[in-house]
Amino acid sequence: MRKAELVMAVVMAVFSAYLMWKSAELPIGWIPEEGPGGGAFPFWLSTGMLLCCAWIVVRWVRRVSPASQSEEQFMDARARSSFFWVAGSITVMIALIHFIGVYGAVPLFLLFYTRFLGGHKWGPSLALALVSPVILFFFFEIALTITLPKGFTEPLFYPLYDIFL
Amino acid sequence: MEIFSLLIEGFTIAFEPLNLGLVIFGCALGLFIGAMPGLGSVNGVAILLPMTFLVPPTSAIIFLGAIYYGAMYGGAISSIMLGIPGASTAVATTFDGRPMALKGLADQALVTAATASFIGGTISIILFTLFAPPLAKVALAFGAAEEFALMMLAFATFIGLGGDDIPKTLFSIFIGLVLSAVGLDIISGQPRLIFGDITGFMHGINFLVLAIGIYGIGEMLWTIETSKGEMTVSQANVTFRRIVDGFRTLRRTFKATMIGSFLGYFVGILPAAGATPGSLMAYGVAKTVSREPETFGKGNPEGVAAPESANNAASTGSMLPMLTLGIPGSPTTAILLGGMVIWGLEPGPMLFVEHRDFVWGLIASLYVANAFALLINIAFIPAFIWVLRLPFTILAPLIFILCIVGGYGPTQDMHDVWLMLGFGVVGYLLRKLDYPMAPAVLAIVLGPLAEISMRQSLLQSGGNVFVFFERPISGTIMVIAIILFLLPLIKLVRGMLGRKATG
Repeated sequence: MRKAELVMAVVMAVFSAYLMWKSAELPIGWIPEEGPGGGAFPFWLSTGMLLCCAWIVVRWVRRVSPASQSEEQFMDARARSSFFWVAGSITVMIALIHFIGVYGAVPLFLLFYTRFLGGHKWGPSLALALVSPVILFFFFEIALTITLPKGFTEPLFYPLYDIFL
Repeated sequence: MEIFSLLIEGFTIAFEPLNLGLVIFGCALGLFIGAMPGLGSVNGVAILLPMTFLVPPTSAIIFLGAIYYGAMYGGAISSIMLGIPGASTAVATTFDGRPMALKGLADQALVTAATASFIGGTISIILFTLFAPPLAKVALAFGAAEEFALMMLAFATFIGLGGDDIPKTLFSIFIGLVLSAVGLDIISGQPRLIFGDITGFMHGINFLVLAIGIYGIGEMLWTIETSKGEMTVSQANVTFRRIVDGFRTLRRTFKATMIGSFLGYFVGILPAAGATPGSLMAYGVAKTVSREPETFGKGNPEGVAAPESANNAASTGSMLPMLTLGIPGSPTTAILLGGMVIWGLEPGPMLFVEHRDFVWGLIASLYVANAFALLINIAFIPAFIWVLRLPFTILAPLIFILCIVGGYGPTQDMHDVWLMLGFGVVGYLLRKLDYPMAPAVLAIVLGPLAEISMRQSLLQSGGNVFVFFERPISGTIMVIAIILFLLPLIKLVRGMLGRKATG
């Protein structure tokens, strides 16, 4: 926990500095008769972020905050593995949406999660994986008329559009 | 009298078949969301907001209001039956609700929680109905300077009253505001903070991307990690007769319920406070004034009634500044406020003039939602207990999918989905290190409004900073805000002086 507190503060400090540099692309100073320039608002707020990070580090050195006193592990092995599998499978699903679309990636994700991470039987896992995309289709594409990304599977949906839209 | 006719007008809107259906559906869904450990009103509202584009704004806010309400009722169910709060707002309910359940009085605790929620809700809606119109009238005179001062006050309450680690709270506010500045500069129209020249940043970062990232994906990751062990559901013997018996304890809990209702309402109005501290405070006060404080924590129904009435009252209270001033009183109302912007409504007092049907439809629907939440809650106690046994490994992936398609919906850009995942993961890691997340969500919603009002005031005054202090109302609010910002510093200095004196 103690190490994580410091690492996070330093990473966030670097991010703040990047934001300051990026904001400075627009005028950050005071324009007479007008007030602050376009970059001033984010620039000074990022400066505030940087100062907060410095403050967090000072408190870390003085061991004030609970996290800086804690000798516990930031994430134990179990937490790490569940985080890795859950966040990892979501990342893979989002990446897959670009290629095989929502209607390909969603059933794969559901099947993987319920069958392999959840340990449910094949029957319910398959049912969930097959029913959910149908509900998504009717809710988003038909009722809300929001076209979800379909990747290369797009042409397969033309007949469905003809029927429902 | 004018209020009555407006309220009746509101009821005709709330009783339209679509809206009434949405109230009932929203209450049931809210109860379900509240009852699930790890999900609360803010998660439900954030994840389901994109789904409401299907219906007109008035129906949408009525639906989300009902979810908000139902979730406050529902939180008690898992607090009592599992000993795990269904949402942070129901933490205080576990203190006495769980011991009652272990003594075999689960049904009595559930009935006490439901009726206390109902009374807290009703009192707060009546207060709301009476306070909102005059406050909105006052707020109509507000200009850009007052608006900016109010937003400063909203952020200051997090520092002065938040109780979290101060540098981390400030950091959370700042990062939310900076993220809200991404996109085109509102005054000059120049592109700003376009990271890596990715065009997806040109339309700015939608608050929903951050809200769903944090309250959807981040919250799920958190719940998956924290709910490791198996949970044991208490047995509840629910019969009609025992429920009627449960109502008999109402006289005993009357005082605690009243304390919770009024305290919750006024605490709920404050942006930083809201339902969680409101219910904890109500528990504390009810214990202090109780005739038998020693039985608190061992299964005293007063200890269930006070926090449960308070969290419902606070949820109504937090809507007061949202509707009248355009300043949300809680993370959930921050998301509702962002929703109004998406629906094309301008939050703030003008709503009472230009969109009366929206405002009064919502207010009337809260009365209806309160009644239905009580009925559904008591009638379906066994069903909600069954819900608690639903495996999380089925629910979690479905919620992830709702988050992803919901995050895609508003802008229809995969860029936002990636961003949401990033916010979810980083938000989860930050939360593990005690960085509060609610200020960031409030900040990203208020950020664009705060920047516009600040720069407009400065443009109008020719760059004079004292414009915020010269006008009486904005000056007063600014001074209060500055005092709240400095409060922790004053405490620190006093603490140091005190240590010196004793040393």
